[in-house]
Amino acid sequence: MEPVHLIVNGNAVSAAADPETPLLDILRNQLGLMGTKFGCGLEQCGCCMVLVDGIPEKSCGKLLSAVAGKEIVTIEGLGTPERPHLLQQTFIDEQAGQCGYCLPGILISAKALLGRNPSPSRKEIAEALDDNICRCGSHIRILRAVERAARLMREGAVR
Amino acid sequence: MSVAPTLPPLLAANPRLDRWVGFPTRGRVTVSTGRVEIGQGVLTAMLQIAAEELDVAPDRILLQTGDTDLTPNEGYTAGSQSIQFGGVALRMACAEVRALFLDHAAANFGYSRPDLAVRDGAIIQRGDATGHDYWSLAGAVDLRRDATGHALPKGVGDYRVVGRSTPRVDLAAKVFGEPVFVHDMALEGMVHARVVRQPRRDATIATVDDAALRRAARGPIEIVRHGNFLAILGADETVVEAVAGIAANHVAWDGVDAINPFQEEARWLLQQPSIDRTIGSPPPPDPQAPGNRHEATYTRMHIAHASIAPSCGLALYRDGRLAVWTHSQGVYPLRDALARTLKLDPAAISVKHVQGPGCYGHNGADDAAADAAVIAFHRPGEPIKVRWRREEEFGFEPVSPAMLVTAHAALDGSGRPTDWSTEIWSGRHTSRPGGGGNLLAAEALPNPPPPATASESGYPPGAGTRNGEPLYDFPAKRIVHHLIAETPVRTSSLRGLGATLNVFAIESSMDELAERAGMDPVAYRLSVLSDARARAVVEHAAGLADWKPRLPAGTGRGRGIGFARYKNLAAYAAVVVEIEVDENVRLLRVWCAADAGLVINPDGAINQLEGGIIQAASWALKEGVRLDTAGISSRDWESYPVLRFSEVPEVVVELVHPSADLPPLGVGEASGGPTVAAIGNAVAHALGARIRDLPLTRDRVMAALLRS
Repeated sequence: MEPVHLIVNGNAVSAAADPETPLLDILRNQLGLMGTKFGCGLEQCGCCMVLVDGIPEKSCGKLLSAVAGKEIVTIEGLGTPERPHLLQQTFIDEQAGQCGYCLPGILISAKALLGRNPSPSRKEIAEALDDNICRCGSHIRILRAVERAARLMREGAVR
Repeated sequence: MSVAPTLPPLLAANPRLDRWVGFPTRGRVTVSTGRVEIGQGVLTAMLQIAAEELDVAPDRILLQTGDTDLTPNEGYTAGSQSIQFGGVALRMACAEVRALFLDHAAANFGYSRPDLAVRDGAIIQRGDATGHDYWSLAGAVDLRRDATGHALPKGVGDYRVVGRSTPRVDLAAKVFGEPVFVHDMALEGMVHARVVRQPRRDATIATVDDAALRRAARGPIEIVRHGNFLAILGADETVVEAVAGIAANHVAWDGVDAINPFQEEARWLLQQPSIDRTIGSPPPPDPQAPGNRHEATYTRMHIAHASIAPSCGLALYRDGRLAVWTHSQGVYPLRDALARTLKLDPAAISVKHVQGPGCYGHNGADDAAADAAVIAFHRPGEPIKVRWRREEEFGFEPVSPAMLVTAHAALDGSGRPTDWSTEIWSGRHTSRPGGGGNLLAAEALPNPPPPATASESGYPPGAGTRNGEPLYDFPAKRIVHHLIAETPVRTSSLRGLGATLNVFAIESSMDELAERAGMDPVAYRLSVLSDARARAVVEHAAGLADWKPRLPAGTGRGRGIGFARYKNLAAYAAVVVEIEVDENVRLLRVWCAADAGLVINPDGAINQLEGGIIQAASWALKEGVRLDTAGISSRDWESYPVLRFSEVPEVVVELVHPSADLPPLGVGEASGGPTVAAIGNAVAHALGARIRDLPLTRDRVMAALLRS
């Protein structure tokens, strides 16, 4: 198998796998990046959301062959406990989560939103997150956390 | 040795103090709880309780949770009982450990016992250091002894950690995508497995086209069969998952009887044989007597747990010992069920809880663990990971049963009930695997256990009967329960159990009766509600919503209220909802007031109440399991839609008396029933016509508009 080259969280990596392997499986099983979650494998729930060249995509439905040469950002590429992304900080500040399984995908969708619209309304945030399911009912806190991140970002706390 | 009667039940069942608390290394404390984190924030609350009673900084504590090798047996983490029972037991155990150390210091070093206290693990005398601490005395104070219940936990006035909104200890790792879920576990040499599910209990494999399965695989696979338990194994998860997705096409089954798809709605329950009983007041003297009567029937479909991810389990059988990693709510009951299934000594099995997606009750978690255990048992030395497929979770998890409830009331001249019956038809709400049955893998193995018989928990708290008795001051009230033994699909517990539809029925009827009496719904409820704590939450929620005697009905905009005390013995909650209806119901705002007695972590409790509100709104507006002749047909998020972000309302939750010196009351399931009821009442107000069948879909709204 010809290795496929891609950039994941800023690092050049090559994956020697069946080109029809879902990107999600490459991330989790080959690269050991467990932050991106399997939820449905049907592109319906958003648990596996990653950025592909800056666009939020469901990685369960993206084949390896389709992401050759692309730049992928996963939750691990957002920030770390030592250097959190503003969104990660505001999710903690707002205690926005219960089981937390959906959060990596939601954070990726939120990052993409703030990248294209630094001043989203509540309605725009909600619509941007409609590709993500949260079953525990943490929606209110998640919306608040994204609003807060947007506000802080506008106020210049951008990292 | 006899145990003091003052011990909380879970401490009496697990009296050894070293089972709860240990001081392994300087500066560190281990605290064990049988409770497990299922997204409800219980670990944080337990940490607060232990830190408070031991007087140590919370970050010194290492929590051990849900591990049959390490933690007390507390049965299931379910029923909103973790704090009300588990927390109370932990509090008492920690208080006694603290007292033992202070007793020892006083007896051995000449201090006056009343002068002693603990400050972050150090023993102090009138505020001054003594040079002794938990760790320096740990060798001398033997915790291998049973709790006596003689130590007094702190009073509320002395709390410094309990009652504060401490950030959740588990949340940051999740926000950074750390591998905290059982789904994220990877063991050396691990083999991935998927099960080809037996379509029904008692179905038998006719043929398996091994060759076709191998041809379809894009890499090496192994096909494993034990009786009617069939699994596909391989080192490459992608390959195994893909084959599992098409495997049903290459396996033929005998003995698969078609089910009746019309059983997706609840009316069929009325035609079924049932196990009947009456709880409460004796039957009314003459049910046919003339007078003012109210009778109305409410239904709901089967509801799925619909966890955000399918279930997962790992197992390794080595040197005669079986280790299992699971997101089950009960590691000890699962261990016993696995022991029976595999004919192993329970002592040879270790079951460890690892976090999973929120389950809200008995979903596929136990079954996935059993799948892994059965496969691993026959392959010593090989770690096995089973992760269910999405359609498998929707199609095979035990769902919450369809229900039908009729409220009957006889009314006095003022329109208030003098006699009330809640008549309930429901399949079973509890079929957890503790008894050894109810594991899908066990049913597929040779010589499966007999089907467990349908049963109902004692009342209160009840299961299908839960909250069947209104808390209102009716002179006579009873529950008439019809337990339906045979259901088309496997059913078990989902957050709230029967309370969801029972509260919907009671609170909908209360609005119908208020209207009949020409009274405002809030005023009508208060006129028959003497429980002071109940009144307080109803009044508080109405105040939050700025409730006013309502606008005329049928304007397309509506408000409704719902109230219950969960199980009639846990937290009180009242919910007011504001909605708009055109063809669909749109939720605008929700206000909730709850009284949970002593609240360990107010923000954690509010988070649970909020989550319950959103989830219940999803049940009320969208959810119902679809059936076809083959079983559950709603096997993805399009056929089983749930509430999405742009559909959630604004939500305000306030706790009434959160630090009152009253026992803590379970809060995790308190807001669901009142929310469903409040939405139903708001929709009736907006439409000027009532919909008594859930979910409140567009079709039902249109039909109600045509009627009105």
